[in-house]
Amino acid sequence: MMLNVLRETGVMPAVKESAPVAGQIAVQNPVAARENEEPLRARVNGFNFFYGDKQALYDVSFPIYDRKITAIIGPSGCGKSTLLRSLNRMHDLYPNNRYEGEIILYPEQINVISPQVNPMLVRLKIGMVFQKPNPFPKSIYDNVASGLWVRGIRNKAVVDERVEQALRQAALWDEVKDRLRTSAYSLSGGQQQRLCIARALAPDPEMLLLDEPTSALDPIATARIEELVTELANTVTVLIVTHNMQQAARISYYTGFMHLGRMVEFDRTESLFTAPKEKRTLDYITGRYG
Amino acid sequence: MTESRQAAALTRIDEVALVARAQRQDLRFAIVGFSVLILTMAILLALIADLMIDGVPRIDYQFLTSYPSRHPDRAGILSAWVGSALVMVVTAALAVPIGVAAGVYLEEYAPKNWLTDIIEINVTNLAGVPSIIYGLLALGLFVHTFRLGQTILVAGMTLALLILPIIIVATREALRSIALELREAAYGIGADKWQVVSMYLLPAAWPGILTGAIVGMSRAIGETAPVITIGALAFIAFLPPPPVQGTFPFVNFDWLHSPFTVMPIQMFNWISRPQHGFHVNAAATGVILLLMTLLMNGLAIYIRYRIRRGRK
Repeated sequence: MMLNVLRETGVMPAVKESAPVAGQIAVQNPVAARENEEPLRARVNGFNFFYGDKQALYDVSFPIYDRKITAIIGPSGCGKSTLLRSLNRMHDLYPNNRYEGEIILYPEQINVISPQVNPMLVRLKIGMVFQKPNPFPKSIYDNVASGLWVRGIRNKAVVDERVEQALRQAALWDEVKDRLRTSAYSLSGGQQQRLCIARALAPDPEMLLLDEPTSALDPIATARIEELVTELANTVTVLIVTHNMQQAARISYYTGFMHLGRMVEFDRTESLFTAPKEKRTLDYITGRYG
Repeated sequence: MTESRQAAALTRIDEVALVARAQRQDLRFAIVGFSVLILTMAILLALIADLMIDGVPRIDYQFLTSYPSRHPDRAGILSAWVGSALVMVVTAALAVPIGVAAGVYLEEYAPKNWLTDIIEINVTNLAGVPSIIYGLLALGLFVHTFRLGQTILVAGMTLALLILPIIIVATREALRSIALELREAAYGIGADKWQVVSMYLLPAAWPGILTGAIVGMSRAIGETAPVITIGALAFIAFLPPPPVQGTFPFVNFDWLHSPFTVMPIQMFNWISRPQHGFHVNAAATGVILLLMTLLMNGLAIYIRYRIRRGRK
């Protein structure tokens, strides 16, 4: 009943039939029709991905709203990390990977997975934080400044200011302001991950991708990162992949559930968790598999 | 007693016996391995000790600062060690930049196709080509075709060719062993390929590249065959012009075009003389050669240590 109310008020996305892939059962891909009301940052449209001959993603479509947290959940191997890494063209680093379909980034309206678009251009616009904290073997300052340096920003005063700002955004400034010149490896795991977030934030990206950013961290460090990501959503669009459903429920505004390379359901987070339309979603969020 | 044990073995595994057997096996292998190790080390140590006993007493200031002579006790290795050092400078200056650049290109830039595969196989096999072949190539190409003469420059170029494959392979291995995370992090911040290579990959690969370079240089300094082939002289009673001078432009590259000799050739020359005194000189030269190799390796270890410490 609540579902109907949501649909009528337009909070709930309408259901659209997606183009079926040959030999595959057509999956109803719910795509929000509300993009006129809420500004879009990106739209994934009929996206297929192949590792060589092996197809990993099937006809994935969903919107990514501006300055909102969108979470992707699903069991291991469902393709959620593959999807996220596509948005940063990370698959281009390895041979024989192939993209199909489109991921349009707004407002420029460029298709980030098009072979005509240079991966570097995409990575300059969309920042990424990886599953395992991966700071460079350099000082804390150099790590945060690295994104600015590769963009040709060398002015010391400007870099100093942006580094401080990024570290403040990543809630790390107070802990490291007295030892910016020490190695990033001297930080704890949670601090290293916040440093990686600061590194991604310093060049002021249009979107931030987080690939299970807390899976290598303890609960306290996890809580700090979640708090920080929630805070970030005021200024930057966040797409986060997590295998932790509670995490998605806690921090995200929209959630997509993926299974076997398909986007099974995409909806407002509260709707997806309280009233899923697909049985597979229900089974997953009630812990029947995954 | 035995029967009951067999009966027990039929019904359950005797864990204690299994552990005992494993321990016996480990002990057997450790004994064999240790013996082999001792044997090889003993042979090596005996060789070095023999060389030292013969040669060390001969090494003094006069030996290091004299030119070759007809009298064994007046002869020295000044021209030989200066020649070796200068040839090594040329070799390193040519082989390291070219080798690292080739390795970086093959590993990071080259498209993966059949041409790259063929180049890769060839580079790997080049490391196994007998060194005299390089000498013949250099004689034909550098000395006769390019008319560069029998000079330090040609020797350095020849030895650089010889050790290029070693440096290329070491560079590739070092780049390949860098964790994917670092590579992805570097590309992830929007860096272009050159930035990724120069700012992140090469610094991380540097210790491995350096090891390869030193292994190559240690091989080059002991090479005799290619240097004889291109026509290094055994009797050099003068030094090349010094590379630095008091007047502008303060550096001088005339030494590149100077005739030269190197220590292995000096050794070879002395060992083929009948007088015992020259044999002692050869042993002493061998000790100096070993010391130079040791010094290069020590330098590499020191630089590696500095790099690692700088990174922590």
